[in-house]
Amino acid sequence: MEDEGKAAARRQFLFDTAKVACGVGMLGLGLGLYTRHAGALPPTAVRPPGARPEPQFLGACIRCGMCVRDCPYHILDLAKPEQPIAAGTPYFVARDGPCEMCEDIPCVKACPTGALDHKLTEINKSRMGLAMLVDHETCLNFLGLRCDVCYRVCPLIDKAITLEQQHNPRSKHAMFIPTVHSDQCTGCGKCEHACVLETAAIRVLPRQLAKGELGGHYRLGWEEQKKVGKPLVEGIIDLPDRVPESPK
Amino acid sequence: MKQDAGAEAVRARGWLRTHQWLLARRASQFAVLALFLAGPWFGYWLVKGNLNYGLTLGVLPLADPYVLMQSLAAGHRPERNALIGAAIILVAYFLAGGRAYCAWVCPVNVVTDAAHWLRARLGVRGSARLSHATRYWILAMTLALALITGTIAWELVNPVSMLHRGIIFGMGAGWIIVAMTFLLDLFVAERAWCGHLCPVGAFYSVVGKFSPLRVSAVRRAKCNDCADCYAVCPEPLVIKPALKGADHGIGPVILSPHCTNCGRCIDVCSKDVFAFATRFSNRGEPQANDQRPATRSAEAPVQLS
Ligand code: SF4
Ligand code: SF4
Ligand code: SF4
Ligand code: SF4
Repeated sequence: MEDEGKAAARRQFLFDTAKVACGVGMLGLGLGLYTRHAGALPPTAVRPPGARPEPQFLGACIRCGMCVRDCPYHILDLAKPEQPIAAGTPYFVARDGPCEMCEDIPCVKACPTGALDHKLTEINKSRMGLAMLVDHETCLNFLGLRCDVCYRVCPLIDKAITLEQQHNPRSKHAMFIPTVHSDQCTGCGKCEHACVLETAAIRVLPRQLAKGELGGHYRLGWEEQKKVGKPLVEGIIDLPDRVPESPK
Repeated sequence: MKQDAGAEAVRARGWLRTHQWLLARRASQFAVLALFLAGPWFGYWLVKGNLNYGLTLGVLPLADPYVLMQSLAAGHRPERNALIGAAIILVAYFLAGGRAYCAWVCPVNVVTDAAHWLRARLGVRGSARLSHATRYWILAMTLALALITGTIAWELVNPVSMLHRGIIFGMGAGWIIVAMTFLLDLFVAERAWCGHLCPVGAFYSVVGKFSPLRVSAVRRAKCNDCADCYAVCPEPLVIKPALKGADHGIGPVILSPHCTNCGRCIDVCSKDVFAFATRFSNRGEPQANDQRPATRSAEAPVQLS
């Protein structure tokens, strides 16, 4: 009799445990799936300087807001739960207010966890994103004007962004194309913020969205040749270039 | 639920003395909030940050060990300040009783206490059966999730940090999660959140498993079985062993880590049975030290009648 009672109690205990485990398991599954959604940072949101790549950042940032507090230009904000950014994590929107590139990088210094990597000590080495001239149809310089605003506001003018001269087939004048160089651009967003259009033609995008990647087996002949210091294949005859005769 | 819990004590000792720990607790909860808000609202930056990490007067770091543990599980090694802050908090709550965090600091406690009060006022009956151990399962689940996803997943929905961060940095739709917690406690189950589900509370109960500061039923021989203490206790299960354990050789100190050290039982007992004590006072014959206080607490009803 007593043994039976004990067995029944034990069974009930197992059932209860299974119930709780199932419930919590479901909750965990739901939260886990939600995590995958919340882990995708929308392209308009830029992380502060030194931020580790997502999703490492989401494992490191404890949502304390110290970086937000110590940013002297108040550009940072913590995401609200309804935003498509992981709740409580810091971000800024370049079009509303770009990173002013503080030399002492107070946001990184304030971060207690290293979600903003303390190894970043030179602000020009930060890689918050990559500016891209995304719209060649509305950019005023592409239309042949000399707006140049994005170029002029860049803290790394002539390094991160240059004006490349091109022939304008429409007016026979020159076009000066703002051209961003990914090895120098910090993603501060000053260019996007300053763009005079209603909607910016130049934008800071997450690097992985903005950057292509060559296959690992690609070799650039001219670079290889420079490395070797002589023609890569010996004995290739360099024929004279033939230029068509110009019509009289 | 008993509605007039504490009425007897009010008659015996007056309103103020029957609410002193409750008032102290609310004062503490709002003072913590006020310290964090003095900066953003009035420009006095005494404390920066929020409950997950705060820097006091620019020198003292305090960090929530639970969120940091998730970060560790997610594979990140935090910088020194966060680790120091978490260590200080661990020691502090170990000493003060782990779940003192719940009773004296956590902003959600005000919400769930309000829900509990309203539940009694409205006479809401019926309560979903939840196991008190569910919180440990959820605690384990949040850590496992951090490990698997490599992110601090729980922070996406945690009502505790949602509310505290929201008040300081802007609430947004965080209200919805807080409101859900309130409604859960109001309609679904009595003390559902803090008493059964919250992994933050579960974490701090582990921290305080061996805390020296405890509530004790020091004068339990005086108990007149009015059950007021059970009615006000956020974790009523913790009281019985200490209060009624004399015959089974159980000491008077409430040793359960679920006790939040809120002191509400001390407030409402008309017989002055409870008092703050240390866990070390649990030794020896529990009735032995009852003599002197017993005579003192017996005076009150006599004066009144
Ligand atoms: S570098 Fe300066 S402006 Fe930019 S986010 Fe950090 S604190 Fe703000
Ligand atoms: S200071 Fe660091 S941990 Fe805190 S919110 Fe900013 S990035 Fe996250
Ligand atoms: S984001 Fe724009 S302004 Fe900033 S460094 Fe890059 S090109 Fe220059
Ligand atoms: S159980 Fe959770 S929500 Fe309730 S008071 Fe404790 S930490 Fe706060």
